[in-house]
Amino acid sequence: MLKAVLKKILNLIPTLLGVSLLAFLLIRLVPGDPVMLLLGERGADPQMYTEMKRNMGLDRPMYEQYFTFLGNIFQGDFGHSIVSKRAVLTEFFDRFPATLELGIMAMTFAITLGIPFGIIAAIKRNSFFDFTLMGAGLVGYSMPIFWWGLMLIIVFSVKLGWTPVSGRIDVLYEVDKVTGLLLIDSWWSEDGGFAAFKSALSHLILPALAMGTIPLAVVARMTRSSMLEVLGEDYIRTARAKGLPYARVVIVHALRNALVPIITILGLLFGSIITGAILTEMIFSWPGIGKWIVFSINARDYPVIQGGVMMIASLVILTNAIVDILYLWANPRMRH
Amino acid sequence: MELEQAKELTPQTPFQEFYQSFALNKGAVIGLAVLLFFIAVGISSPFLAPYDPTQLFDGAYRLPPFFSSGGNTKFLLGTDDVGRDILSRLIHGTALSLGVGIMIVVVSLVLGTIFGLLAGYFGKSVDRTVMRFTDIVMALPSTLLAIVVAAILGPGLVNAVWAVSIVAIPNYIRLVRALVMAEKKRAYVMAAQAYGAGHIRIMVSEILPNCTAPIIVQATLGLSEGILNAAALGFLGLGAQPPTPEWGTMLADARPFLENSPWMVTFPGLCILLVVLALNLVGDGLRDALDPRLKR
Amino acid sequence: MLLDVQNLTITFNTKTGPLTAVRNLSFQMEMGETLGVVGESGCGKSITNLAIMGLLPPQAVTSATHLSLEGKNLLSLNEREWQCLRGKDVAMIFQDPMSALNPCYSVGDQLIETLLVHAEMSRSDAALESLNLMEQVGIPAPKERLKAYPHELSGGMAQRVMIAMAISSNPKLLIADEPTTALDVTIQDQILRLLKDIQEKRQMSLMLVTHDLGVVAQNTDRIQVMYAGEVVEAGLTQDVIHHSTHPYTFGLLAGHPDARKSGERNHKSRLPSIQGMVPNLRQRPKGCQFHPRCSFAQDTCRLEAPQLTVTPGISRATRCYYPLNRGEGRTDQC
Repeated sequence: MLKAVLKKILNLIPTLLGVSLLAFLLIRLVPGDPVMLLLGERGADPQMYTEMKRNMGLDRPMYEQYFTFLGNIFQGDFGHSIVSKRAVLTEFFDRFPATLELGIMAMTFAITLGIPFGIIAAIKRNSFFDFTLMGAGLVGYSMPIFWWGLMLIIVFSVKLGWTPVSGRIDVLYEVDKVTGLLLIDSWWSEDGGFAAFKSALSHLILPALAMGTIPLAVVARMTRSSMLEVLGEDYIRTARAKGLPYARVVIVHALRNALVPIITILGLLFGSIITGAILTEMIFSWPGIGKWIVFSINARDYPVIQGGVMMIASLVILTNAIVDILYLWANPRMRH
Repeated sequence: MELEQAKELTPQTPFQEFYQSFALNKGAVIGLAVLLFFIAVGISSPFLAPYDPTQLFDGAYRLPPFFSSGGNTKFLLGTDDVGRDILSRLIHGTALSLGVGIMIVVVSLVLGTIFGLLAGYFGKSVDRTVMRFTDIVMALPSTLLAIVVAAILGPGLVNAVWAVSIVAIPNYIRLVRALVMAEKKRAYVMAAQAYGAGHIRIMVSEILPNCTAPIIVQATLGLSEGILNAAALGFLGLGAQPPTPEWGTMLADARPFLENSPWMVTFPGLCILLVVLALNLVGDGLRDALDPRLKR
Repeated sequence: MLLDVQNLTITFNTKTGPLTAVRNLSFQMEMGETLGVVGESGCGKSITNLAIMGLLPPQAVTSATHLSLEGKNLLSLNEREWQCLRGKDVAMIFQDPMSALNPCYSVGDQLIETLLVHAEMSRSDAALESLNLMEQVGIPAPKERLKAYPHELSGGMAQRVMIAMAISSNPKLLIADEPTTALDVTIQDQILRLLKDIQEKRQMSLMLVTHDLGVVAQNTDRIQVMYAGEVVEAGLTQDVIHHSTHPYTFGLLAGHPDARKSGERNHKSRLPSIQGMVPNLRQRPKGCQFHPRCSFAQDTCRLEAPQLTVTPGISRATRCYYPLNRGEGRTDQC
């Protein structure tokens, strides 16, 4: 087991290097002179131009630039934002908790509903519940979330007035950053406590719902088909022949085996969480990394795009590796 | 039970078999009907649309659809913030969205198939290089990569097509590679090698025709994904630019009027959902009918 | 009487119409008896076992005038009562031991789980008992094997584990459904001997289901031959093997390699096999179910179904209008 895990980790290195090369090249693919792009109207000054070019190392050969870039990354230096002048890494970690909180909430929603739904649909195959659920699943799977989010706002915020339209928490509450997750930090806010927590939660619900819809549909569909396959296996018949209660057969014997493909799908979904985050955060003005990246793209803040892409890609690669390791745990046959 | 072989004495042609299986799938048939409807609307959009999609009607700003109070039958689905007829814009947007989707599929399918064929057929270092590339591209979330590419190329519909196509290529590479690797070991390929067929001939006229079914399925699902991603770019302001009546762009335009004129948001999104849903239904039906092995 | 089955009929409602897998099946089993059930695949023997275990899929419709185990009426049991019965009073082992064990759990986990369902005992007691069971079924290094996952076992070992699980609650009836079919020939004999051993030691009843007459010839008291969901011949093992009267039984015996006595025939000659295929259970033939494949069929056989009738003199029943005598049959067939 340990050996297999180590091997997985070693396998990450070339992919991470490739991603760094991609992030490095992307910025240099932009049509036009990067120095001019960075300096904007000030680029006309020739002295400033050469100084900038030397500062950025652009006067040196490409491969040298790449190694410098790589070296900086190893020291935790992802460059500085042109707009805010702050370090890209600092900006990233400022916003990351917001996205993390949203992502955790959305995935919790998708998993806690999707797996039971899929199990029930599989057990009650071809029933009314099964048909309704799979129909709804296909709709959810096809949903354009940038529209779905807006529709949720129209219904729950505008028409019913149940939830706020945007942001993470009411401006009333001042929350000190401890973990960065407002659902936790809000408890210790000055004048907040439960009220602040409620405000944070009500801000979180709609975005999490919008972002969790596609994962929910995917998890439910996958659980159903995976369970159907497993329920037909011989060892399920054995488990029933032993006289186990049906609930135990389903959860202990079937679900455990069905989890293997479900975990794989969950891993792929982590990549789509970022995709979902970009669109969801734009709709709900959620101050996370999705909104940050789109904002930087519109502002042509290239160091941020470069560093942000690098960070997000590394994150996705790491979560995929964690999923692979979970996969080994779920499937003893793969350990050797 | 394994006792019922006697009945079907006359073998069916592959098409008959496919047709029977597809026609039994209610969802797929409904999806196909919806899809054909949208295609018909798209093709006949210049004749079908009551007005020009960019024509401005003075005084008719943000009129609701005919069925709600304040709306009228002159503008069936209402008007937008500058007085354009929403129905006409949606009809023209149909042609645009389907066209964009098809272009995305063609570009990504052709490039993906070429690289997939090369990787699967030659294996070794060619395979390693191609696969390393796809691993890297797939490590980036698709929308993120698409918006970064769109940002680099600059906003616009054509660039959005390129951006979304590039993101979709690895899917085809992986699929075609896996198929080719399986087919390569078959006897007919060895036979072709034995009578001296060249690499290109074996790849294109021997192996590729045997891989078509899963590729068609992937292309259908790729079409729905392409339409969705192109609309997402339009929504983020990186795709088609106003006043183009692209559904995603229309959504972005309508967003500020969310609270008072929800119909401006509702209809374009509903169109995207219906087309994507129809394509997914058809794709699932095709997959089940063409290749039961792919069923999951 | 341990098991009493009267007129058991099992029908599956399928998309293309009803399918009668088992038709008017009646048989009994005594305590401590070993019954061999023989027939080709699709003859309804596995379906019958699942009915006795209450494990038929929901689309199966079961009817019987009587179905009881130790006097307990099985027809009126609800799912909870079935659970108390399964694994405790009746246990079952299956054809493919490798796929019958859950790949995600160790052998020990699965054994302990089985013990804990039906008996009040602590986990540590169950662990000790499972070690004991592993020894009883002849597994070498049982302590280490308990920690093993099913994929780490050989087929024979896995079947021994299945047997250990099946006997863990001391069932009165053990159903072994093709227990050796998926195993190597050398292992088959060991497993059969183990089953016979355990059956004698524990005085339980054993139902040995197989398509191979050779398997039941040495290991059973009685044999019942099934064809298309019906019993075609039943009787004491020795009688059925040596004085078979039904053409189907006869065909099965002639098709067995052991039937070829040395010197009697050329070693390279082909084994005779029964012509044709098992009938389509959706469109059963009229009359005797076996007549389309029977070389002795007469007009009567094609029109009306024969009843299972007891041959006078010996305790054996046959479903045939024209039962064979041993001598003639053999010369006719060969």
